[in-house]
Amino acid sequence: MNWTAIWVTFQLATLTSFALLVLGLPIAYWLTFSKWRWKFLVESVVALPLVLPPTVLGFYILVAIGPHSPVGRFYTEIVGQPLPFTFQGLLLASILYSLPFAVQPFAAAFDQVDRKLIEASWTLGLSKSKTFFKLIVPLSAAGLVTGAVLSFAHTLGEFGVVLMVGGNIEGVTRTVSIDIYDEVQALNYAGAPKTALCLLLISYAVLLLVYAMNRKVLAAWPQN
Amino acid sequence: MAAELAIDITKIFPGRAQINAVLSYRLEQATLLVLFGPSGSGKTTVLRSIAGLEWPERGTIRFISRTWLDTRSKIRVSPQERQIGYMPQEYALFPTYTVEGNIAYGLGQLPSADRKKRVEEMIDLFQLRGVETAKPGELSGGQQQRVALARAVAPQPQLLLLDEPLSALDAPMRLQLRGELRSLLKQLALPSMVVTHDWAEALTLGDVIAVMGHGQVLQVGPPQDVFSRPKNAEVAQIVGVETVVQGHVIEQVDGLSTVRVNGATLKGLGSDKIGSPVFVCIRAEDVMLEQAGRGMTSARNHLSGKVSEIIPHGVTVHVKIDCGFPLVAMVTRGAQEELRLECGSSVVAAIKAGAVHLVPRLN
Repeated sequence: MNWTAIWVTFQLATLTSFALLVLGLPIAYWLTFSKWRWKFLVESVVALPLVLPPTVLGFYILVAIGPHSPVGRFYTEIVGQPLPFTFQGLLLASILYSLPFAVQPFAAAFDQVDRKLIEASWTLGLSKSKTFFKLIVPLSAAGLVTGAVLSFAHTLGEFGVVLMVGGNIEGVTRTVSIDIYDEVQALNYAGAPKTALCLLLISYAVLLLVYAMNRKVLAAWPQN
Repeated sequence: MAAELAIDITKIFPGRAQINAVLSYRLEQATLLVLFGPSGSGKTTVLRSIAGLEWPERGTIRFISRTWLDTRSKIRVSPQERQIGYMPQEYALFPTYTVEGNIAYGLGQLPSADRKKRVEEMIDLFQLRGVETAKPGELSGGQQQRVALARAVAPQPQLLLLDEPLSALDAPMRLQLRGELRSLLKQLALPSMVVTHDWAEALTLGDVIAVMGHGQVLQVGPPQDVFSRPKNAEVAQIVGVETVVQGHVIEQVDGLSTVRVNGATLKGLGSDKIGSPVFVCIRAEDVMLEQAGRGMTSARNHLSGKVSEIIPHGVTVHVKIDCGFPLVAMVTRGAQEELRLECGSSVVAAIKAGAVHLVPRLN
């Protein structure tokens, strides 16, 4: 089993998940509560990674951060090295790729919060941001965990985007799914099954957690 | 301290009648203003506009010396800055907070010792001892209502706004809490505005009643005035109770109360304590008229009096009778002719005890 690949994947998934918690919350809040009539334009962009082939998404990200784009040149000037085929580049791509997996559960949870509760909070003098943290977040806790966990699980299993943007650099951008692909391509059927099983079990455990929580199995668990 | 409330707003909801509400009233310290009208008359919209939760397309809202809304000068004061206590229908208690947490929710700006003290005061005042750490879902309807009221009152608002405060309760509870709510609100000595569609609730709670219909404020005045002297046919139709007089319970037997009203006595259904003040409410269509000196009927109340006024009312007529208090009866034109009713004629009004509604009234 390639422990280095597992470690890289774990780091990538954790950082992606955290980044999406920070980025996804304001986006989901805006998508839920904004009364802008063209809101659906943004909604569709957020959902794009769900339907786009990862290679297409990866291609555009690569072009956007490559040495020929202003963004890519700017980054290279500041940091001193280009973004493609680095862990940071891979992280950026993962965040974009998993965006709907975080934003959609967040937005669905916010949507479930009764507007009357929010209004009551306002009349009690709490600003919109205080109302968000003191009322909306606790009420949507299950949705927030779902979004974070799903984006974690989704990043664990990403392949096409990683291949396009990250390449296959041992210890930097070689993730578990790439490693399995490599092993199979090299006809090394001894290494692949263990890593594959490991990924399967982790993904299954993560999804179990999400579904159990949303069915409130854990909340109903007998205490002691 | 009197608080002037002046509203003049237009609010448009697509596909519904436009709301054009004009209301101006000086609320004394403990005045309870009831916004009364049928559902869809716009009373909740008016209340929500005062709370800052609805933004009228045009108009002004002023309270004391502050302008909360002025569409012409683009003044829009947020609900956070209005210092109001607002209790929505169904209460909207925060499910993730305990009773204490709900009450303390709006007290964030107080130092923690003061906040604790204020929460304790509220818990005592609203009789919530023993449920301080319960979540809203574990409370009875009556307790939920008291928590919602405590939460709204805790930050010491200048104006209290209650939207259908009793409608979430079941019928027996509602009857019991009507009177309690009035004495509680009186005790708080806060100018309050209460929205209701229930005339008995309006009579029990209100010092002043503003009748709303079709998005407009039609009449404002003391409850008895509004009910007994509606300004026009629309108000009369909305209130639907033509006779409202004050009386006292003098006898109480098996759920049948005897009430003295200005020298006349009436029997009605109710179990109010002897001596307690009540509003006696009778619909004109429930009053039968007989010629003086006729025989027995099953009706418990026979009041003799003289006709003081006859008002045509479509195919029927409203006959005003002075029988110690002014009583309105509705009869057909045919009956009026047969009984030869005219001003000054003697008549006996028969009313079944079940049609005499007694609404308890605390002062």
